[in-house]
Amino acid sequence: MNAAWKNIRADFPILDQQVNGHPLVYLDNAATTQKPQCVIDALTNYYRKDNANVHRGIHTLSMRATSAYEAARERAAKFLNAAEPGEIIFTAGTTDGINLVANAWGDENLKPGDVILLTEMEHHSNMVPWQLLARRTGAKLRYLPIVAGDTGLLDLTQLDKVLTPDVKIFAFIHVSNTLGVINPAAELCAAAKKVGALTLVDAAQSTGHLPLDVRTMGCDFLAVSGHKMCGPTGVGLLYGRKALLDAMPPYRGGGSMISSVEYFESKWAPAPAKFEAGTPNIADVIALARAMDYLDDLGREAIAQHDEKLAAVAYARLQAEVPGIRVLGPAHHRSGVVSFDLKGVHAHDVVTMADQEGVALRGGHHCNQPLMKKLGLSSTSRASFYLYNTEAEIDRLVATLQKISKFFAG
Amino acid sequence: MQDLTDLYQSVILDHNRRPRNYSVLPTANRVGSGNNPMCGDQMTVYVKLEGDRIADLSFQGSGCAISKASTSLMTVNLKGKTIAEAEAIYAGVHKLVTTGTVAEDDMSDLAALAGVHQFPARIKCATLGWHAALNAAKGDAQPVTTEKPSD
Ligand SMILES: Cc1ncc(COP(=O)(O)O)c(C=O)c1O
Repeated sequence: MNAAWKNIRADFPILDQQVNGHPLVYLDNAATTQKPQCVIDALTNYYRKDNANVHRGIHTLSMRATSAYEAARERAAKFLNAAEPGEIIFTAGTTDGINLVANAWGDENLKPGDVILLTEMEHHSNMVPWQLLARRTGAKLRYLPIVAGDTGLLDLTQLDKVLTPDVKIFAFIHVSNTLGVINPAAELCAAAKKVGALTLVDAAQSTGHLPLDVRTMGCDFLAVSGHKMCGPTGVGLLYGRKALLDAMPPYRGGGSMISSVEYFESKWAPAPAKFEAGTPNIADVIALARAMDYLDDLGREAIAQHDEKLAAVAYARLQAEVPGIRVLGPAHHRSGVVSFDLKGVHAHDVVTMADQEGVALRGGHHCNQPLMKKLGLSSTSRASFYLYNTEAEIDRLVATLQKISKFFAG
Repeated sequence: MQDLTDLYQSVILDHNRRPRNYSVLPTANRVGSGNNPMCGDQMTVYVKLEGDRIADLSFQGSGCAISKASTSLMTVNLKGKTIAEAEAIYAGVHKLVTTGTVAEDDMSDLAALAGVHQFPARIKCATLGWHAALNAAKGDAQPVTTEKPSD
């Protein structure tokens, strides 16, 4: 680990606070990550010094804002290793990006009988937009199952059976927000290509958490949320292969996305402008680019190793030291997400009690109700680690869960 | 854990561990269900209505300690009551879980729910089963969900 890691907790001012009389242990990173001071500064500096609308003005501030906004696009292209900045569309987040593809690409390209392939571990945001698309077009949904048991791994032995030539798009989650599984994205994309299906990767939990390169992965679309990688809320990225973006109709109409407008007809600007109608989220885009610098200074390989190590320690210690716990997900090669079920204690009660000890967890179905049903659970509790978490915080987690388990066994 | 023993009073823990009237009621002529889509909680309440009197009731479902205990306490407290009486009791419970203050008369074991008001995120858990029961008794067949502005 390089020097950038040295004072890492000091980079995140929010971590330094007491919650219910205890130092905060923030373990809800899969929901949203905290923001380093440099990202907060990028936001406030933009509003203090450079704020103006982009693409429209010729005055100095507008030019400054425009060049920072477009520099962020270049930064994002580099971050994902896209072939060119024009392959990056700024969105409101992963959900927004998936809806863009399901609408702009889906409505134009799907017909009755076509198949949309998903996996059983998708977040609702990579399920519901496709359900709506299927309803609009008459296309059908199909799911690649997960194996039985608690590992939550995809059942790749079923891949050939479900990935048939009638599949037009295969949309799958890269890293599971529920079970911490890391899916073999490159392998899945290659298999899809073989049958002529496009791929959309939900990279909400992977971008900024592990090395990610869209060209090595071989995906056609990839959706990202800025707020899950040290960036602000309300901003995200959609990567799309340029040829696909060029062929797609617009998603939303309005200013900035046109080349000429008449009263009855308009012509579209080329991608990416075609997909960015209206005044974009300029400040957050610029701050998101700063978050990418921050993450690359730490090194994404190092971040992935850090998260995996914490998850492995947590997995082993919870299993060994907390009575009545069932830890879900694979034991190895996983992300920083660790979900568990505490026997006889509902996830809500776990989270409420942990909060009283200053430990922030999440409890519920984690936006995957069908997966919960499959695991025979109505909800789980989840601890999710990120780059600023420490092994000392796992001590606090273990002690808290022991206390909760004892309280309810009473 | 001072605040927590407020929330998880021994009455609550007891009703969570051994929920009363926790079964399907074969004689029920009304069924109500309550869902909390935010957390996956699901309660089904069975009501045997005779005229406007709740002759018997029971429940089943999955939920946190608060929703389970509150629904269990409800079955004990509403048995034999008229719909109007049941509504009055619920009004007291609602006041209790939102403000922590007890309505004028003695609420007996229901007073154990007072701690809920300190945990605003949990108020919906405490009211879920009550909505389901009252809707069933009043003949509103719609499943209740916590995402309606009903509480
Ligand atoms: C795997 C996954 N996909 C999609 C989303 C949705 O992201 P957002 O709410 O930022 O659009 C999330 C966030 O919870 C997620 O974890």
